[in-house]
Amino acid sequence: MSEPLLELKNLVTSFRTDSGWVRAVDGVSFEIEHGKTVGLVGESGCGKTVTAMSIVDLLPKPSGNVLEGEILFKGHDLRKAKHKRMREVRGGEIGVIFQEPMAALNPVHRIGKQLVEAIRLHKKVSARRALEEAVEWLEKVGIPAPEKRVSEYPHQLSGGMRQRVMIAIALCCHPDLIIADEPTTALDVTVQAQILELLGAMRHETGTAVLMITHDLGVIAEQCDEVVVMYAGRIVERAPVKELFANPQHAYTKGLLGSIPRLDSERKSELQTIEGQVASIQEFTSGCRFCQRMERKGKWEHERPPYIELRPGHWVEACELCMEEEHGD
Amino acid sequence: METEEKNEEATLLKVEDLKMHFPVRGGVFLKQVAAVKAVDGVSLSIKKGETLGLVGESGCGKSTLGKALVRLLKPTAGRIDFMGQDITTMSQRRLRPLRQDFQMVFQDPAESLDSRMSVGEIISEPMVIQKMGNRAQRRARVAELLDRVGMPRTAAEKFSFEFSGGQRQRIGIARALAVNPDLLILDEPVSALDVSVQAQVLNLLLELQRDLGLSYLFIAHDLGVVKHMSDRVAVMYLGKLVEVAGAEEIYKDPRHAYTKALLSAIPVPDPTVERERVIVEGDVPSPIDPPAGSAFGHRMSHAKYEESVGMDLGLREIAPGHEVAWDPCCLSEEDFESLR
Ligand SMILES: Nc1ncnc2c1ncn2[C@@H]1O[C@H](COP(=O)(O)OP(=O)(O)O)[C@@H](O)[C@H]1O
Ligand SMILES: Nc1ncnc2c1ncn2[C@@H]1O[C@H](COP(=O)(O)OP(=O)(O)O)[C@@H](O)[C@H]1O
Ligand SMILES: [Mg+2]
Ligand SMILES: [Mg+2]
Repeated sequence: MSEPLLELKNLVTSFRTDSGWVRAVDGVSFEIEHGKTVGLVGESGCGKTVTAMSIVDLLPKPSGNVLEGEILFKGHDLRKAKHKRMREVRGGEIGVIFQEPMAALNPVHRIGKQLVEAIRLHKKVSARRALEEAVEWLEKVGIPAPEKRVSEYPHQLSGGMRQRVMIAIALCCHPDLIIADEPTTALDVTVQAQILELLGAMRHETGTAVLMITHDLGVIAEQCDEVVVMYAGRIVERAPVKELFANPQHAYTKGLLGSIPRLDSERKSELQTIEGQVASIQEFTSGCRFCQRMERKGKWEHERPPYIELRPGHWVEACELCMEEEHGD
Repeated sequence: METEEKNEEATLLKVEDLKMHFPVRGGVFLKQVAAVKAVDGVSLSIKKGETLGLVGESGCGKSTLGKALVRLLKPTAGRIDFMGQDITTMSQRRLRPLRQDFQMVFQDPAESLDSRMSVGEIISEPMVIQKMGNRAQRRARVAELLDRVGMPRTAAEKFSFEFSGGQRQRIGIARALAVNPDLLILDEPVSALDVSVQAQVLNLLLELQRDLGLSYLFIAHDLGVVKHMSDRVAVMYLGKLVEVAGAEEIYKDPRHAYTKALLSAIPVPDPTVERERVIVEGDVPSPIDPPAGSAFGHRMSHAKYEESVGMDLGLREIAPGHEVAWDPCCLSEEDFESLR
């Protein structure tokens, strides 16, 4: 097998807070193969964004730090990369799409200028040629009257349009990997459908791999080849998408899948819920964190459970209590 | 005769051709230069014990409709009958005793709960406004309500910001229940919550409805959630309803092009399902100066748009309990003709 495009090995990211250091990401490992889309799901605060920001070195400094692990991109550890190399990677080989486009776009620069900068950062073309390309990109991402839009400012565009501009900026250097952090969460479903369609088409065309961060299991089911489920800073389960939906093994994954109303479920029936609450990050146990939520003591009360591979590519954090079949109704 | 009377009784809320326009002012003298037609001719009814789901994209007027129904806003035109009384233009003073019967729960619990008040004060405030009970009685009622929504009684002494999003939404629901309402307007009550917490709040709402016989107007943009919660569903587009039908029916047999597009746009949480998706081009239009004819026909640049200008695009019954806007751009030719 060829080497994966991205390989995270035991990533640990911490923040310095008023109450000491907290481990937002606590030993996360997974790979993304060339051209594949990997979904990262889990409840808010579980560490999805921090994982993404660690990869592209965009953690808020100086409070956020990658403490341990390797971030192997095309075989080289990005943690050891020089600043200059990191800038080349970011926006060139890895494109990033955030939930809130205003955070990523510069409000005082015209759309065109921002695209031109992105294009010229990684490709030696004249300013004129880059502007032509910028217009082409706006057209590709479905922005009407791109020749006109190119000279507008971000605030002159609707949310959906801004999101498309950010996607254009992320895609215009033909990255090998796109990290999309909740790219459609703030958008309405019909606009979300347009954006997902667009990402799909681009993926098909250019063979870009995607790390798709979302809490929407529908988006996961539709868009991803593989799914990584995070809970409280760690991965609890990882599997090819069909396998995960058909055959979830970890109690947290089962709870997550059971708690969404489906179009074919019985109306007004009681939904499955997950008892308890996520512990606060300062109180995370070194043992099994889902057991911590369930307030149960088992073999992995104090010690971190190991991962086992149940089927090819299907990994689960092997806490016996969390993998038990539920009995009763 | 007798059944007719029963029907009358069963209808809690009846709205006819409701309009809520906001003035847009401009120029030196701040004259009204235009209007935001947030709600532009909506008719609907809600029966006792029923949940009417209301879906549509952001800005289509759902919250405005909800607020106008409970008279947090004064409608521009139309008529609202609540339990047989016309409340459309009733003064706030005369409305006050009626307010017991309808309450609203908002999307963002953090914003709708006053952070300077204790949870106990927040929950008892509607009772104070209604002059219900004395202090001790209200305190007892707060404890009972906290039990009801699955919160510890000690919460009464704390502040809302000390709680998680899901717990804050429970507090908002307890507050709305304090005065024993018959109707709750639930404006995106779970949109800000994680799925597992969302499920807890939805279960709570279902349980309360079963136990207390409440009616809900359930506003949301997650169509899976709406289907799960509703008996009937109304689809709104740019200030108007375009389709209303039973919850099962509207998902199985949508007739309006916008309903179809909306349904096909929801990602289905099942990786084995392959679907044809209707992609709608463009953005949700602005309710300032909306198109004269079919709003969705306009977005799609439909060939029959011109035909729709000047037509009455109101709802017509296409099957028992299934209404759809009579719109040449958005119906199949067969459906359009059958409604002529
Ligand atoms: N700048 C920061 N300072 C301190 N803690 C942070 C910071 N950013 C994130 N965290 C913590 O890291 C954890 C994971 O956050 P995040 O990755 O944003 O979650 P999500 O899965 O919702 O994207 C959270 O508990 C959060 O409190
Ligand atoms: N008080 C107001 N003044 C002017 N315009 C308003 C006001 N409230 C809402 N609107 C406008 O009315 C339209 C409908 O808004 P809203 O009812 O909040 O939609 P939804 O809840 O469906 O997202 C929007 O265009 C909004 O900007
Ligand atoms: Mg995040
Ligand atoms: Mg709203």
